[in-house]
Amino acid sequence: MGEHTVSAFDQELNEIDRLIREMADTAARMVSASIKALLAGDAAAAQRVISEDAVMDTYQRELDDRAITLIGKRQPMAQDLRTVLGAIRMAGDLERIGDLAKNIAKRVSAVGSIGTPKSLSHGIDSMATLVLAQVGSVVDRYVARDGDGLRVIRDEDQKIDVSYTAVFRELLTYMMEDPRNITACTHLLFCAKNLERIGDHVTNIAEIGYFIVTGAQLPTQRPKFDETTAAIVGS
Amino acid sequence: MNVMNEQKIEEAVKARMTAGTNEVIKMRGDKVTVHYGEKQALFDVDILIRENQVTALIGPSGCGKSTFLRSLNRMNDTIAGCRVGGKITLDNEDIYDRAIDVVELRARVGMVFQKPNPFPKSIYENVAYGPRIHGLTRSKADLDEVVEKSLQKAALWNEVKDRLHDAGTGLSGGQQQRLCIARAIAVSPEVILMDEPCSALDPIATARVEELIDELKQNYTIVIVTHSMQQAARVSQRTAMFHLGYLVEEGPTEKMFTNPDEKRTQDYITGRFG
Repeated sequence: MGEHTVSAFDQELNEIDRLIREMADTAARMVSASIKALLAGDAAAAQRVISEDAVMDTYQRELDDRAITLIGKRQPMAQDLRTVLGAIRMAGDLERIGDLAKNIAKRVSAVGSIGTPKSLSHGIDSMATLVLAQVGSVVDRYVARDGDGLRVIRDEDQKIDVSYTAVFRELLTYMMEDPRNITACTHLLFCAKNLERIGDHVTNIAEIGYFIVTGAQLPTQRPKFDETTAAIVGS
Repeated sequence: MNVMNEQKIEEAVKARMTAGTNEVIKMRGDKVTVHYGEKQALFDVDILIRENQVTALIGPSGCGKSTFLRSLNRMNDTIAGCRVGGKITLDNEDIYDRAIDVVELRARVGMVFQKPNPFPKSIYENVAYGPRIHGLTRSKADLDEVVEKSLQKAALWNEVKDRLHDAGTGLSGGQQQRLCIARAIAVSPEVILMDEPCSALDPIATARVEELIDELKQNYTIVIVTHSMQQAARVSQRTAMFHLGYLVEEGPTEKMFTNPDEKRTQDYITGRFG
């Protein structure tokens, strides 16, 4: 894209991109820190994640303000219009990712108080690595206006779904082995579900980004690999 | 550079027939060229103007959109050294054919200009002039009816019915423009050409004219040149983008303003030209 005749228009769009960047960085940091806190049973680190949620809200409000002002002032068309509307929606998804990271952080004290079950959590650890990679790269691809890259990221959500199913089964097994694991494993299961939801928000962001860049919607159907509904205790 | 080629037009025509839509092609340009003396202003423009739709012509100054608009009712004939090539048809009739009566053509293809230009006569006379010289009415009562209907269609009747014999030039700018539209309608045209009809009007008068355009398209085919992107997006069903004398792209308005095919269109509508 070339530059606008009115250079302030470009600056305003860049500001919106910058806020998306900031939100994505904050969200990634929160997810990463919440998982670390969970695995280490670090209540203080978890508290820091919880407090960062307010930062996300502030970013989102600022982005909304700027987007509304820009629409009112510039009446953006075509790609510019998609950029502004898409940014509002992406900010919503990023804010939700922050919320989910906060939810994980809130579990730390619950899991921690009954002893951090390190042996139970490596499944979550590898799932978190996958999710973090997705969160980190989706906004990178978007800022680079890389439509193909965004499509790939969307399709890769199935890896997270597969990983979630594996964690689900793993935790179920631990619970069956020793009922004393049930409390900890249930908390971990909620954390895994939160990670899986984060993956879905990344998928949304990839779809919105793809629409902004290309003007076309990705097909609604994509492969789904959540098999937890089929995993029955004792089967 | 000739973006809409013959094949595409044929496809468009075929698509219309096979899709079973009731779109009718009112006017059609085939490889239209316009020269002003040595200078070529328009290059091989192929375009379909659909009946009962509003087609907006957009593009930067000097792109040829007004030139093209004026060639649709042979307004260019009045400019010395102006030559029109290619073919323009109205209901499949070549409007540059020798057998065509230009005065009659301009009654069928009326025009509204950028600046409201009422005759220095009464409101009544402004509207009655056309029907009178074309001999469209038989009696005073007939003429009164045409004047009233035209003013009603132009959404001006209620504002002027008590002062029909006041000077047309005494109206506000927006009212004058609607008077000019009433004058154009009075001779029962089939196509109305509008050359930036709102550029001299305030936002409220503009909104009135836009509302009027929306109503008029039920009975007329409208081609409008506008510099306001928002206006083109609001009033038209089809948009044609011109640049440097070429038709860059023509398509459904929603697509043209949300996701155009051509980079030049995208650059122009988003304010990135030059």
